[in-house]
Amino acid sequence: MTPVNNPNNKILEVHNLVAGYIPNLNILHGCSIHVCVGEIVTILGPNGAGKSTLIKAIAGLLNVVEGHIELQGKNITGMETHRLVREGLGYVPQTENVFAKLSVAENLELGAIHHRDTMAETREKLYDLFPDLARFRNLHAGKLSGGQRQMVAVGRALMASPSLLMLDEPSAGLSPKLTQVVFQQLLKIRDSGVTILMVEQNAKAGLQISDRGYVLAEGVDRVTGDAQSLLHNPEVGELYMGGHGKSTMENVVTATSDVSEPSNGGDSA
Amino acid sequence: MEFLGILSFLIFFLIQASFFSLTSIGLNIQWGFTGLFNVGIAGFFAVGAYTTGIMTGPRYAETWFGGFGLPVPVGFLAAIIITAIVATIIGYITLRLREDFLAISTFGIAVSIQLVANNLDELTRGPEGLYSLPKPLSNLSDSPLVDNALYLVICVVVIGLVYWAFERILRSPWGRVLRAIREDEHAAMAMGKNIFIFRLQAFVLGSATMGLAGALYANFIGFISPTDFLPIFTIQIFVMVIVGGSGNNLGAILGSVVMWAVWSASDSLIAAVVSPDFQTQAAAARIVLIGLILVLMLLYRPQGLLPEKHVVSAAGRMKLKGEE
Amino acid sequence: MQFIADGILNASLIALGALGLSMTYNVLRFANFAQGEILAIGAYFALGAVTVIGAGVGVMGPIKFGWPLLVSIPVGIVCTAIVVLMVDYLVFRPLRNSNASRITLIMAAFGLSLMGRNLIHLFAGGDPKYFSFYIPKAIEILPGVKMVPDDLAIIALSAIAVVSLHMFLTRTNMGRMMRAVSENPTLARINGIDLKMIIRMTWIIGTALAVTAGTLQGHIFQAKAEMGFDMLLPMFAALILGGVGNLYGTVLGALVIGLAESFAVYFDLSAYRAAVSFMIMLAVLLVRPQGLLGERE
Repeated sequence: MTPVNNPNNKILEVHNLVAGYIPNLNILHGCSIHVCVGEIVTILGPNGAGKSTLIKAIAGLLNVVEGHIELQGKNITGMETHRLVREGLGYVPQTENVFAKLSVAENLELGAIHHRDTMAETREKLYDLFPDLARFRNLHAGKLSGGQRQMVAVGRALMASPSLLMLDEPSAGLSPKLTQVVFQQLLKIRDSGVTILMVEQNAKAGLQISDRGYVLAEGVDRVTGDAQSLLHNPEVGELYMGGHGKSTMENVVTATSDVSEPSNGGDSA
Repeated sequence: MEFLGILSFLIFFLIQASFFSLTSIGLNIQWGFTGLFNVGIAGFFAVGAYTTGIMTGPRYAETWFGGFGLPVPVGFLAAIIITAIVATIIGYITLRLREDFLAISTFGIAVSIQLVANNLDELTRGPEGLYSLPKPLSNLSDSPLVDNALYLVICVVVIGLVYWAFERILRSPWGRVLRAIREDEHAAMAMGKNIFIFRLQAFVLGSATMGLAGALYANFIGFISPTDFLPIFTIQIFVMVIVGGSGNNLGAILGSVVMWAVWSASDSLIAAVVSPDFQTQAAAARIVLIGLILVLMLLYRPQGLLPEKHVVSAAGRMKLKGEE
Repeated sequence: MQFIADGILNASLIALGALGLSMTYNVLRFANFAQGEILAIGAYFALGAVTVIGAGVGVMGPIKFGWPLLVSIPVGIVCTAIVVLMVDYLVFRPLRNSNASRITLIMAAFGLSLMGRNLIHLFAGGDPKYFSFYIPKAIEILPGVKMVPDDLAIIALSAIAVVSLHMFLTRTNMGRMMRAVSENPTLARINGIDLKMIIRMTWIIGTALAVTAGTLQGHIFQAKAEMGFDMLLPMFAALILGGVGNLYGTVLGALVIGLAESFAVYFDLSAYRAAVSFMIMLAVLLVRPQGLLGERE
């Protein structure tokens, strides 16, 4: 495993990013993060902090007003999304992340549209990692359940053999049990050589598999550190709760159920 | 004599600008205020024109129905009512459709109306049209100039009344709901408003206005035929509303006058400068010009000459960067 | 029975045009009211090519058109595609980039279509033009049904075009990318698909289909400035009737519309021909808006 947090091994660097969806209405007001090779980094923060905006800006889907972004040492600020994929950037959006009318196999094929020569090989590796994808290969992606669709979405992104995979709330809409399944899959993906940057609303679950994290608030990175220390940092809990009394992340009850509790019945598959 | 010539021309010009202005106001109610993309304007204009033609015109040998020779105000009233009824039916059928399907449907309806006018000889005398339609107040004087001047007065009064009425209506709660529907349907629905009924009302009001304009046209020119109601008319009205500034009745009038001036001026220019051999080509060039103006306005000044006062935030139509 | 044969011929031409329309509608997401003019301009370019080469040259057997016509089609496509791509660059791309509404795009198309057919008027005159004056012999293919060999060739050509298009969309990389873009443009970009390139390809394919339709139509009937505009309603009707997202649906729709129009002519209602396709389309929109083979949105 590559040493983490080695300053010479940065795969992604974001400096003072100012960006937004509409001109003159910026969501990010000077956000800076970095990700090192082989890490899992989680971005946390209350709603409206700009987490999704950050990822979308890196993915070239928004206009960057100020600041710059480097991927593997190369300046990618303002680069068009389809070219970023060729530079090794993968992105799994939160919603509408599969082609519902196409089959699972076709979705995966589309992921490898620029890597046709190695496609079969990549696909086999993917099927090894996620046997279910092979099982569902002929089903229409739109007919799958939330968790299965998520797997297809991630699989699709992996077909392009990215160096850095960005995910926007991978646990959204999933039961605690499925969330754990997804996160275990992310660990496997990291171990196969892909660096991961994700946005997570379920801060606790996210931090538990991460090496480091950032807490965003009001468009700026407010707190950063390794995952364990963030979990126990009272300031982080407060940021989340909007400043209503001191609380650590451990005690914060997030929107999805608390993952540390033993799994009760009634989770949706 | 020079002065009278110019005056006469000016009056004629303004009368014709009135027909366009009134129609533009009608479109503005539908599209500018309510966001209804009615591409069948020529059809409603035709319905109004033919209604008054049938009501006020003389008896013709060919038609089975019509030629009642009623007074012109009756013709105008009938035009409004009949157009409103037609619009209600059409609106009921088409307004539930998505905007591009609404466009195609209203376009097809206008084409169909024109086809009916051209073929239903028993009612409309087909391609030959209706002639000798009476001009109101023309018996008061022998001079065409005075006749026209009086007609201009009628037009201005009608436009004034309609303008005033619509300004009142649009500032009323009803008008505000209309604007809300245009900007964000779902929010309006959440307020518990029956969107469809509001749209239908706006559609009918606008169409009735167009029908009235058609009636004014018919009784002034005195002769109508299906070729007066071709799709080019619809596009002219759209250009006028866009140039003037949609969502703004004063803009609609201004746009109509400006574009009619452009149209007439180019017509005179062509007649004066171009040799007879090239007259049809030149006429085609004129139409190219209108199309070009439309496209340029959409590209460079979509808000028109007189932009609407209340600018809605761009957040309503958010899209991601570079999304082609 | 004759009218069924005529109807199928009619349907072939409508299908070609409607398929071009369906490409732009699905991938670019707007109803291109100028599609008729692409058809007309293409026909006139092809006419020019045929005139330059010499129409009577190389008549092929019983078929009236010779290789000049076949050559004129690609020539027409190239010329028209250049015009179309320029127009997209100058008009539609800026509108797309400024988040213009669908209505604005449609209106721009309306304006362009007005310009298009009047430019034809301007440069080529308003009278109908003929591709050649050689009158072919009609043969009786079924009892009571007479057709000219050219018509049969055209029907065959259309069928080939439809199948080719289907193969293209399902078997080639480019086709898959276009389908991806038509379903979800943002997701397509995330997959590394170059949207600008796909848009250009869409216009080119749409143009190719329209120009083929226009040239063939011009050949068997005539070319006039209004020819595209006259096809607009039938093309839209076919597209909507068949179901917007479905290629074979569009073909089916074209068949119905083609036959219906031919029917109207047969029953002496030819003046109302345009209204026929429109009425069918309206009925479909009200009763089954997703069309015959489309999926409910």
